[in-house]
Amino acid sequence: MPNVLDINNLGVSFATDAGAVRAVDGVTLSVKAGEVLAIVGESGSGKTVTAKTILGLLPETAVTSGVVMLGANDIVSVGKDTLRKIRGTDVAMVFQEPSLALNPVFTVGWQIAEGLRAHGRLSKKAAKAKAVDILRRVGIPEPEKRVDYYPHQFSGGQKQRVVIAMALVLDPELIVADEPTTALDVTVQAEILDLLRRCRDEFNTAIVLITHNMGVVADLADRVVVMYEGKIVESADATTLFENPKHEYTKKLLGSVPFIGQGTEDTTSRAMARSFADHEVAVAAKRLVIEYPGRLGRPGFRAVDGVSFTIAQGEVLGLVGESGSGKTTIGRAIAGLTAVSGGSLSVLGTEVRGLSERGFRSLRADIGFVFQDPASSFNPRLTIAECVAEPLIVHGRAGDAAAARPRVDELLEAVQLPKAFGDRFPHELSGGQRQRASLARAIALQPKLLVADEPTSALDVSVQARVLELFAELQREFGFAALFISHDLAVVDLLADRIAVLYRGELVEEGTGAQVLVNPRHPYTRRLLASLPVPNPARQAERREELRRLRGLD
Amino acid sequence: MSVTTVRKPSLLWRLPILSHLRQSVGVQRGMLIAGILISGMFIVAAIFAPLIAPYGFAQSRDENGLFGKQMPPSPEHLWGTTVGGFDVLSRVIWGTQTALSVVIVAVVLSIFAGVALGLVSGYLGGWLDRVLVVIADAIYPFPTLLLAIVMSIVISGGRSSLWSGILSAAISITVVFIPQYFRVVRAEAVRLKAEAFVESARVVGSSTGRIMFTHVLRNSTRTLPLILTLNASEAILTLAGLGFLGFGIAPTSAAEWGYDLNRALSDTASGIWWTGVFPGAAIVLLVLGLTLVGESINDISDPKLRTRKRLRKAA
Repeated sequence: MPNVLDINNLGVSFATDAGAVRAVDGVTLSVKAGEVLAIVGESGSGKTVTAKTILGLLPETAVTSGVVMLGANDIVSVGKDTLRKIRGTDVAMVFQEPSLALNPVFTVGWQIAEGLRAHGRLSKKAAKAKAVDILRRVGIPEPEKRVDYYPHQFSGGQKQRVVIAMALVLDPELIVADEPTTALDVTVQAEILDLLRRCRDEFNTAIVLITHNMGVVADLADRVVVMYEGKIVESADATTLFENPKHEYTKKLLGSVPFIGQGTEDTTSRAMARSFADHEVAVAAKRLVIEYPGRLGRPGFRAVDGVSFTIAQGEVLGLVGESGSGKTTIGRAIAGLTAVSGGSLSVLGTEVRGLSERGFRSLRADIGFVFQDPASSFNPRLTIAECVAEPLIVHGRAGDAAAARPRVDELLEAVQLPKAFGDRFPHELSGGQRQRASLARAIALQPKLLVADEPTSALDVSVQARVLELFAELQREFGFAALFISHDLAVVDLLADRIAVLYRGELVEEGTGAQVLVNPRHPYTRRLLASLPVPNPARQAERREELRRLRGLD
Repeated sequence: MSVTTVRKPSLLWRLPILSHLRQSVGVQRGMLIAGILISGMFIVAAIFAPLIAPYGFAQSRDENGLFGKQMPPSPEHLWGTTVGGFDVLSRVIWGTQTALSVVIVAVVLSIFAGVALGLVSGYLGGWLDRVLVVIADAIYPFPTLLLAIVMSIVISGGRSSLWSGILSAAISITVVFIPQYFRVVRAEAVRLKAEAFVESARVVGSSTGRIMFTHVLRNSTRTLPLILTLNASEAILTLAGLGFLGFGIAPTSAAEWGYDLNRALSDTASGIWWTGVFPGAAIVLLVLGLTLVGESINDISDPKLRTRKRLRKAA
């Protein structure tokens, strides 16, 4: 089969404040018609820059060398007009965040027709007919009616289907999908991956899939290219790569992907070693209700509805659910960031419902909080040492940042950061280092309770593994109770003594890792488990069948 | 991706304006340098006015007798003399002192109040915020010059000494500019309130005051330089406007460009250009200089607007 895309010795450099930065260095690859090529690597590896080069979407600060042949055109050297003609008909793009890729003030039918009208004269009626047709083919129910809907009337997964429909409508030979499922929930991710597979099989479209998720690669890709620091370190077909990785980096990458069952043994032995039954209760929720007030005259939104659970001293409870399930809201309520509207929530022996900010302040010394995005949870104008010293100063354990420094150094050491990092500013640290500093800040006052809200979801897999290890170590050492919030069952499995599954504000299942992950009772938990892609093409194919069966049951 | 480590520049080069100069290239750098040069020239003139100016601002005679009225430029009077018999060059140079004092007074009066109110209003929110926003909106469309005239009448009964003139211009500017600082800082505070690092400070148990000043204020000052320069140029224009309308400072109390322009009005018809051109040019140049500095600082501070050296070829 002929090659749709040929990239030869591609190099991309960016002009930055710190001088030229080489983002892509000597990349050579090709994609055949009807083939899915996955480009994997961590953030900063140059995978997205490579993808953007294929569409000629690089910013003005970039300088490109080498050849990118798309059909008969060299993208690097063609003019703007040719580029505009190529985009849409020869190559299309699917973006990471479907809610941002769609214009909120136009109907989806209009937006699909926009691409059609840009490449030829077409009557309004004909364009709409084509839009309806393509929406049906990407699996939007009632396309005749929904073609006139606005983007906000679709769910996240449906929006991504619409974006894919926009890419498919001109029948391009190649689709570049940049992290197409990263912003979606696991259950929705599985559906979108199915759809992309159909794009390849039914439309015979070649797909360049950019992702950091090895499970997604195993699920969809025919061939895999691994990128590291702007270079290709390994290139092989999917089965070979997963069974027999050659390069050190690939091995490391595959080794750090968490999978279900990894932690079960660990937690079972821990559960045997100590029982929490006789421990004091750190957090107790009884029929907890949390509502966000609605606009005038409209009822509020009930984010958490009648949830009951307890966390004993020294116990780690993993809270799992997809976006909108209310898991973050519960964490925020425990830390006093969101008010409780009904039921009862007792934190470290104090009833939190109706407690004033002033009343909560005395509790704060005993609660640590780790935020999801380490980039934004540090004041950009303070050094790391000043940030970590903040709780010590606020609670009167130290007069100022200088006086707190010895303790800050100890804390940095505890999270395996060099002391000298204290003098750096947050933006001078990598994501993983920042999240470790964030842990140092959370344990500064030796809290009895730690709330970690998706602490690793903004990190690369290899970094995530280190941070999770560190978390487990700190928990063993300091013995705090913890609420670990995550959307990733495999991550929770690694750490939690018990797992609670939230679905649409309700607690649907709770138990030890062995109970919940091995013998799930609730259909939602089963679906969630089956949706989680595993980094192994053969096993993933089996799981796909299993998921299809489960969906049929619902 | 290879990251080149950048050596931290010395303290001097991290100061505002200088740090911007270091980061700038091309047209943006040219604009900034032009602005700094023009503004710097006026600042030097203001500080060293007693040394630079050949005569005093209210001097109309020397040992050789009276200067004479409306004398054309000559070696004794490089820019000629005014209708009142004063040396134009000297009055323009002394005028920089008046202009820059009104800038300083106006900025000091409005920046602290505006920033503090914006911070409190944006961070605390609630009814206080609503009331303050309504008041700010109500003041916003108020004509500065009218207010300045009222002020000058209130302060000095329309008669004008140096400080009453400066104060009336500065106070009227303050009234209009407090809402501007207020709005900018409030918008930033509202944005920052939802940032994770402010929430993390709350979780740690920091007091509200501490969060406002260490976490919110320090991150919300980015757009202030631009408003500051607008504030400064508006202050100069109002002072000149007051002088032009006859509510300004009497020529014996201080030199003031607006007053000189007013007196030069009748000269234009008789072909006497030097009495009007020089004070007028001084006003335009000073405002231009300040605006150039503010505009380019604003662009350079924003990584999206900042231009960088173009790479010739891939590194």
